[in-house]
Parts: sequence; structure tokens; C-alpha cells
Amino acid sequence: MIKIIINGKQIKVQPDTTILDAARRNDIYIPTICDDPRLEPYGGCRLCLVQIKGMPRLVSACTTPVTEGMEVETTNDQIERQRRTIVELLLSDHPNDCMVCEKAGDCTLQELAYFYDLRANRFYGERRQYTKKDLNPFIQRDMEKCILCGKCVRVCEEVQGVGAIDISSRGFTAKVTPPFEKDLDCEFCGQCVSLCPTGALMGKEALGRGRQKDVRKVETICPYCGCGCNLTLHVNRDEVVSVSSRPDTVNEGWLCVKGRFGYNFIKSPDRLKTPLIKKDGVFVEASWDEAFQYVADRLIAIKEKNGPDAIAGLSSARCTNEENYLFQKFIRAGIGTNNVDHCARY
Amino acid sequence: MKKDISIKVCMGTGGIAAGGVEVMSSFEKALAGAGIKAAVQKNCSMHKVGCRGFCARDVLVDVTINGTKATYQYIKADMVERIVADHIVGGAPVDEWLVKDDYHTFHDKQVKVVLSDCGEVDPEDIDSYISRGGYEATKKVLTTMTPQETIDVIKASGLRGRGGAGFPTGVKWDMAIKAPGPVKYLICNADEGDPGAFMDRSVVEGNPHAVLEGMIIGAYAIGAPYGYVYIRAEYPLAVERLHLAIKQAKERGFLGKKILGKDLDFDIKVKLGAGAFVCGEETALIASIEGKRGQPRAKPPFPVQKGLWGYPTIINNVETLANVPYIMRKGAAWYAGMGTEKSKGTKVFALTGKILNSGLIEVPMGIPLKEVIYDIGGGIEGGRKLKAVQTGGPSGGCIPSSMADTTLDYESLGKVGSIMGSGGMVVLDETDCMVNIAKYFLEFTKSESCGKCIPCRVGTKRLLEILTRITEGKGREGDIDLLETLSSDVKTSSLCGLGQSAPNPVLSTIRYYRDEYEAHIRDKRCPAGVCKDLLTYSIIAEACKGCTACTRVCPTGAITGEKKKPHVLNQDLCIKCGACFETCKFKAIRKV
Repeated sequence: MIKIIINGKQIKVQPDTTILDAARRNDIYIPTICDDPRLEPYGGCRLCLVQIKGMPRLVSACTTPVTEGMEVETTNDQIERQRRTIVELLLSDHPNDCMVCEKAGDCTLQELAYFYDLRANRFYGERRQYTKKDLNPFIQRDMEKCILCGKCVRVCEEVQGVGAIDISSRGFTAKVTPPFEKDLDCEFCGQCVSLCPTGALMGKEALGRGRQKDVRKVETICPYCGCGCNLTLHVNRDEVVSVSSRPDTVNEGWLCVKGRFGYNFIKSPDRLKTPLIKKDGVFVEASWDEAFQYVADRLIAIKEKNGPDAIAGLSSARCTNEENYLFQKFIRAGIGTNNVDHCARY
Repeated sequence: MKKDISIKVCMGTGGIAAGGVEVMSSFEKALAGAGIKAAVQKNCSMHKVGCRGFCARDVLVDVTINGTKATYQYIKADMVERIVADHIVGGAPVDEWLVKDDYHTFHDKQVKVVLSDCGEVDPEDIDSYISRGGYEATKKVLTTMTPQETIDVIKASGLRGRGGAGFPTGVKWDMAIKAPGPVKYLICNADEGDPGAFMDRSVVEGNPHAVLEGMIIGAYAIGAPYGYVYIRAEYPLAVERLHLAIKQAKERGFLGKKILGKDLDFDIKVKLGAGAFVCGEETALIASIEGKRGQPRAKPPFPVQKGLWGYPTIINNVETLANVPYIMRKGAAWYAGMGTEKSKGTKVFALTGKILNSGLIEVPMGIPLKEVIYDIGGGIEGGRKLKAVQTGGPSGGCIPSSMADTTLDYESLGKVGSIMGSGGMVVLDETDCMVNIAKYFLEFTKSESCGKCIPCRVGTKRLLEILTRITEGKGREGDIDLLETLSSDVKTSSLCGLGQSAPNPVLSTIRYYRDEYEAHIRDKRCPAGVCKDLLTYSIIAEACKGCTACTRVCPTGAITGEKKKPHVLNQDLCIKCGACFETCKFKAIRKV
């Protein structure tokens, strides 16, 4: 452990941590819009500039590792002036349509504008204007709201390993885009959506289905596979409007396309809610007791007539490890056959 | 009588553009001609040479007979025959085509180290370089010196990075030799991108082996088995000659495995830059070599700790490296004997703008600016008055004429609010508008910002917008303060050197020419008469002879009038192109 001083307070941190991490762990606020602890440091937004005693320039807290005895100041007039200017510059090139923006209430840029009380803007000028290309079914991209923090690009590359997007062009015209500025065509895991600090990337299914303040959060586990990712359902009245995941969970907040966007089945009229038993060629609704009894009777009958090897069990990847274990136990010990397999093998 | 004849034809990019290839082939043809061939060819050598700096006079040709050199300027292919007949065969130089006194004054105050062999050696022939002492430094270093001794010599020479920042080269190498790592890299930064700068280009085109030699010595000093030259794809001739030089150096055993039989392996790869200015920044350059988007990252870690592919990496500029063999050959004391206390040696500048003799010059550090302008540069075009000198390219600043005593070294330039930079030097006269100059450089940095960090990406755009509206007569009260505040914030908070220095042209022009900004904003007037939107052209009736010349050149038909009667200019139609002003012989057009 090494000792550093932040804002006059002595703290102990692990070597190889950044100033930003050290501050976070000690509940010292440093604003940032491009940093995520799960991604490599980027140093692009410059909001986390801090003063280190003895250094001629302000440095970005997200990229600077702590050193023994380092004295850091996270706020002073000079630092706050830089931060204010940076947010003001961002807002000078932003639609500022918070009244109708889906992200309102959950937007880092909005928070910063509020924090710095930015009403007027000294820098209003040309704004980037882009036509929206959104033929894909999952992700709405509004590049006019993009602040080029690069989180989407980095998560796609560093975490998902896909690299479906990158920054093209230079300077003011730089933008995040799929190859050759075509429409997005990727895995649609939506990792990028989950990290976007503004309304530039939004899940399409959530659009127009309620403001952030109307949403109730319900913690659950994803039903799609045995991984057991934690989900946070965003529920407005009795409707799931979107799905997210917290970074402090087993899946670190990462989800796949199914977990993140595949929630419309909940209200699907095709969804089975009770077991069905086919009677005279037609499926008829039944109770669980009825269904279990029917299955048990038939298994016993087949086993008695044709022996246990006439029965085989095929299990599902949507079951947990424990469920799969119980299933093979049931087939082997209960039925008495080794005819047991799993869909993930096919 | 037996004669030793040598002919040198300037074939840098400037020379080729002026017709060097044709001149060269004309010489070949003329010399092959009957009679002449028998008379001279046996003892006549002819070769191409790189830029010697005075590109404005190209094609330059040196004819040396028995040690007496005559230099011709503005040579075209059709002039060659006479030179061969009169001079080479007849022995009498063609006087009217020879360079005049101003050619010599251009060179008199220059001290050439890096450029000493440019214009002398054939850049496509390693033997030509070797015959002038080339690769002697490599042999000396590899056979008689340890890496640490090599570094100590560079340290003692006082050589500082010529790419702009002026970091002591020896100290950098010392950090590299001490940096732990299984592999180290040495990169030569030839991504010269400042508008108007062509120092590195000329060195690589004119004497590529000096750069390679600098790299070999550097690699030996820091223990790097691999080197890269990151060079702009826009420099095709330099790239071609570099490839050729590497091939020749490999054939002679100066590159490759066991160089000169010693325990040194060093190989060089050439990586072409795709034209992004920001890739001259070392971390962006490294990213570009790695195949990533060319954008800088925050330091620390510095490249010397974690550079190319994550290994310790040294990045030196072309000019820095090209100095190295000369320092090793002639000694640290010789080099440190030139320049000032803190800025040693010489510096190459690209002298351009409203100067009579524009070109590439090499001067000792500490030379007063005015000597460069008036002695080497020959003063201002058209006898006009010097207004300012812009140094350091888009990251630099303007030095007003009142400070022409300023000496050219890292410290003095910094003190007056400019920088040495990579050596751009643009001379401005009274017909240059300083707001417009600032706008020009901001246009450049705005376009070349990589877009990674917000202050540079949006800040340079907003600075440019404010400057633009000032030059269009739409400037607002308070705009100067706004420019100063935003400039200072962009400098403070930007990620890399590009953004940190991009506002310098704005700040330095405000510092010295605030009144010009105020005239634009308050009086809607451009004192230098440059900003189109603030100009009004009108006809002085008393002076107008009614010659109709202006009516013929006016593209919009804004000027009307009968012959021999004063004409009238319709302001509604005038697009302020200035064609009438240029055309009128009677000074009857008023420009305010």
C-alpha cells in the first residue's frame, strides 16, 4: 500500500491504481464522462483534470497512476473553470432537447450541465448534423448527441471482442460509425447502449415507453441460459420497458442480445402460461398436477413395457447447472438408463 | 590538358518540379554528343544531388572544373547545350546564368551541419556519402565506444530534439538504455506536417544515409534491434530514396545482423503515414504504427517506458538523428561550440512568406532574427515593411517586427510567446492581416485535431468560428476576451501537444496586435486590407481615365461607364475580388 494525499486527506491505496480509482474508493467525487472502471483508461473527456503538487500541468485522474507521497487537489477555481468550459463546449454542439430526450433523468451530460448551472452558452456555433440510419431492430443511434467519449467503441473491442464500430474522420467531424458508415450490423449485445452517457445510443424497444422517473427497478436473473446473469428490469406500471444490469454483479453488468433486448415475450399472446396436454389431437390446458401425473404415468408405462433404455432424456442449456445435475440423476437413478444428453452438445 | 569535371544537378522535389529531370537528361545527351564525348567524358562525373535550400532558384547546377566551382541558377533544359559548349568544353562559364551576389549572401551567414552534405552527395548512391566521410561515425562508435560513452557524447554536445519540444536527446537516450524491457524500438519521426515546413523532407531526400547513420548509432546506444521510419506518404521521393538507402546500407553491412561484425543487430522498417498531422505526436504515431487509429494517449507512461507494442521506445526527429553522425565524427565540443548556452548547434528553418529569398536555411542557434530576415532572406518582397515573423508553425506564435532582435533559440523564442517548433518561419509584411493569420492556423489545427478530447475538438472549432466572424465584420464586443479565455482553457485542458499549443497563434496575435482585432470588431475595418468582407472598392472619379480595363476584368459587371469618362462601381454587385484594383494603371480604384 502506498500513501497519497487527496484534498488534504491522507489515504492508503494499492500501487497501480489511478488517481480516479483512489478517489472513488474514498468517496471523493471527480467528474468524468469517458471513464468506466471496467474499461482501459482513455483520458479523452478531460473532466477529471486534477492538480498534482509539483506538476506544471493539470493531469487527467483517470490515466495517472498514484505514486508514493503524491499530493492531489481534485477541485479549485482553475480546475472547475476547465470543467465548466468543457461541459459548455459539449453543450454548444448538442441538440439540448432534454425535454423530449429518452435519456433525460439518466444522462451524465444533463447532470453536469445541472451541476455547473449552465443556462447560457458562450460558444454556440455550428452543430453536427447527421441523418439517422437505423434499419437494425435493436439500437437507435443519434450521433448528434454523441460526445465521442469512446466508451461504445472500447467496450465493443475490449469486452465484447467484436470491434463493430470505431471513430472515423477527424476533429469536429469525427464520429463513431460502423465500417464505411453503413448501418449497424453486429451482435447487438447492447453493451454500447449500457455505457452511453447521453441519449446517443438507446434501445429501440424502450423508446416512448416512459420517462426515467416513472421506472421502477426490479432485480432478477436472466431466464435465457444457465449463466445466470443478473438483470434489472425497468418496469413502468406492469410493463417491462427496458433491461439493464448492475456492474457489481456476477456478470459485471454485461449482457447478451437476448438478456438485454429479448424481453418482449413477457407480454406475448403466444406465451404459454399453463401446461398443455394433447387430447384427441388437440392441445388442452391442464394444471401442473395433471401434467406431472400424466408424464409420470407414461414414463412408468414405457419403462415397464420396453425397458428403461426405451427412454432418453435431453436437457436444456436454459437450465442451471444444478437443474441439469438433477435431471441426469433422475434419468440415471430414477429411470435407470444412461440415455441422457444436453442440447448444448448439438 | 586533362580536366576533372563534375556536374551536380539539384534533384530535390523543388529541383524536379523546376525541370531537374529534363536538365539532367539534356546534360547526358549533350555530353554524349560527338566530339564532346571524346574531349571530356572520361573525366566527367555527373550526378543528382538533393536540395541545397535555395529552391526558388531551381534548377541549380554546379559545374566544377579542376576544383573551381561555378553555380548556375534557373537552368532549363534548353540552356544546357550552351553550358556544355562554352563552359565544359570551352572553359568559359556562361556569366549571365551564373548565380549573383544574393546567392552568396543567402549562404554566407548559414552554418551547415545537417545540410552540409545535402546538395553535395548523390542521395541515391551510398558511395557518394561514404566518400564524404559517411558511415565513419558508425565505424568509430561501434568499434571504439560503449553505448554509454555514445550517449555521453550526445549529452555533452547539448543536442536537443529538433521536432519542436527541444528535449535533450542524450537524456532521452539515457532513459532508454536504463528502461527495462526485452526489446526496445527506435523510431525516426519523419511525419513532418507543419504547413510550409520541408526541413525533414529535404534531409531525407538529400542525404538519407545521414538519417540512417543517426539511427544506427542511436540503436547501438539504447540497444534497440528494430527501428521504424514513420514518414508521410505525401513525400514519395523521400520514401523512394529512403528505401533505396536502406537497401544499400544492408548490402554494405551497415544494417542487418552483426553490423560491422559487431554484436549489433539492427533493422529498419519504413511505415507510411496517411497524412494526419496529429500522427507527428509520439503516442499517436505509435498507435498508427500499431495499426490503430492515430490518436494520442495520455502520458505517463511515456514511450520510453511503454511505447511501441508496449516496449520502451525512443522517437527522434529526422533532423535530430541527422545531426548525430556529424557530432560523433567531429566531437561534442565542436557541436557545443555553436549556439547559445542552452541551445547548442544549428537549426534548419523553412524560410517562407513575404521574403525575397525563400528556401531552406541552416543557422547557428542564437542568431538574431533580423539577420535571418535581412541578410540571409534578403529583406521583404517589393520593399515593403516587415510586420511580423511567425515561427513554429500552427503551434507557434508571431514575433512582431519591433522584436526583430530576438535571437533564434528555444529560450528566447519562448520568452516572446512563440516557439522553435520544427522550424517553420513565415515572414509577414504590412499587407498581412494578423487576425487572418490566426484564422489560417486555426483552420489547420481545427481540421487536424484528432477529435479524441473535447477541448481540442470543439474548442478549436469555436475559436475558428469566433475568428471567422471577426474577419467577416460580425465580431462582437467581448470577442477578444472570449478568445483569450477559451484559448487559455483549450491550452490547459487538451490531451496532447496539438490542442495544448493550437491557440498559440491566437494568443500571440492578440498580444501584439490587439488594435487590429479591435479595428475589425469596433470599426468593421481590416487595417491590412485583407479581410474581404470589410473592404469596399470604389472608383476615384478624378483619377479614372475611363480606359474600361476594369469593366473588362470585373466578373460580375459591377463597373460600368463610357469610354474616357469616369466609371462607376455598383456596390450591390461587387464581390470584392480585387480584380479592378489589380488591373487599374491609374490608381483610380480605392480599397478601404
